[in-house]
Amino acid sequence: MSVIDIAKGMGVTLGHLFKKPVTVSYPEQKVQLKARFRGRHHLLRHPDTGLEKCIGCSLCAAACPSYAIYVEAAENDPANPVSAGERYAKIYEINMLRCIFCGFCEEACPTGAVVLGHEFELADYRYQDFVYGKEDMLVGVKGSPWQRREAAAKGTEVVLGFEAEHRPELEGVDY
Amino acid sequence: MINDPLWITFVKALLLCLVLLGAFAYMTVIERRLLGRFQHRYGPNRVGFRAALQPIADAIKTVFKEDLVVSGADKFVYFLAPAISITCALAAFGAIPAGPAGSLFGFNPWVMDLDIGVLYIFAVTGLGVYGIFLGGWAANSKYALMGSLRSSAQIISYELGLGLSVLAVLMVAGTLNLREIVEAGIWGVSPWLWPGLALAFASFAVSATAEINRSPFDLPEAEQELVAGYLTEYSSIKWALYQMAEYVNMMPSAALMSTLFPGGWKAPAFLDNLIPGMSEWPIIWLVAKMAIFMFTFIWLKATLPRLRYDQLMRFGWLRLFEVALLSALITGAVIVFVV
Repeated sequence: MSVIDIAKGMGVTLGHLFKKPVTVSYPEQKVQLKARFRGRHHLLRHPDTGLEKCIGCSLCAAACPSYAIYVEAAENDPANPVSAGERYAKIYEINMLRCIFCGFCEEACPTGAVVLGHEFELADYRYQDFVYGKEDMLVGVKGSPWQRREAAAKGTEVVLGFEAEHRPELEGVDY
Repeated sequence: MINDPLWITFVKALLLCLVLLGAFAYMTVIERRLLGRFQHRYGPNRVGFRAALQPIADAIKTVFKEDLVVSGADKFVYFLAPAISITCALAAFGAIPAGPAGSLFGFNPWVMDLDIGVLYIFAVTGLGVYGIFLGGWAANSKYALMGSLRSSAQIISYELGLGLSVLAVLMVAGTLNLREIVEAGIWGVSPWLWPGLALAFASFAVSATAEINRSPFDLPEAEQELVAGYLTEYSSIKWALYQMAEYVNMMPSAALMSTLFPGGWKAPAFLDNLIPGMSEWPIIWLVAKMAIFMFTFIWLKATLPRLRYDQLMRFGWLRLFEVALLSALITGAVIVFVV
């Protein structure tokens, strides 16, 4: 390395000194996420009827590489259907500590019921709190169990730390 | 030798130690923030306003760490080695003048004005090498021993370049006394001498960077190499003392660089037109020049990759030694035949 090369390198670093850093000061500034960012799962509903899209076929559980999804199906009561087909998912649990957020479940789903949204602030304290049930993932639930618990304890709303581009598959989800 | 009464010298020495240790604390933050900005990110900015309290947080963390003594370590030497390092680092600043005589509220702005000032500083930093290899030896561990041997070999190799570069300045100024070197005024010498002095400055700067184990010569700190070298078996306060010694060593190096070459505490004389006597203000100009050099140290650390040990030794003995020798020869030749 000659002196000229060293001087050129030092010029590059000096130039960086005067540019604005690319760091996002996270809690104060919101992270900007792209549309197809893979975060927490949402279980979607049909926009017109309000029935759940999930028919309990368990293809997502079959596709999951980490065996994180557990599905138990039940027959739809014709008088009060939960989903739009013959069956619905009576129990739908995803173990977030096993999940690798790959999105295979979303690709396998025939009805587009399970879609990965943008929430990533999922940290919590105990293992059992990481097994998300249907009530944690249905569309309309905002935030992770930890965020909802803290907001309820303080009496405030859940504030999400990110802003995401719009994704059309996430019907009914608005941050 | 212009010196103040003994008790004033003690007070100034104490004050200097406190100031240097405080400066070390803030140098760690400044370095981390500057490194961050060089790398397009922020440095630490959470603790206190813009990380002003970060050194306190670091100090609290270090003090609460477990202070181990490695089994099989030679206890006396194990405790002595970091103490030697930091003592020599602090002592080296004593001979550096920060202003003209009598300008610090009637006192002299230096701790000691020695007729052998330059030699004293080299001697004290040479004693600092004891801290390094005794540290590695006392830890009773292979990594530490190899690391300390490499480190001491690096330091004594670059002392060669250091001494020869200073020779050029000494020939021009004619004295080892730092105060008289500054007063002799390097700026005012004949332009024939500038190439030799510029070469001397360049080789002095590189040698000083290698002396204080600073990037790109900071192999002892590289964790991929020999874990942490002579620092491996030290934790808590003793490790903090070694880190202090490294950062504090930066300051006499920067101060010596600014004293020997660009004119010490003097500012360019044209500033006397703005405010009379401005070019003779104590401390401020020296600190400004030191700040520029320390910024350059950090800039080098952000830019260059480390040198491998054999590259380092080859560079010190073959390239740098020749450049320093050349600068001394050129300066000597110009003084004898031209000026």
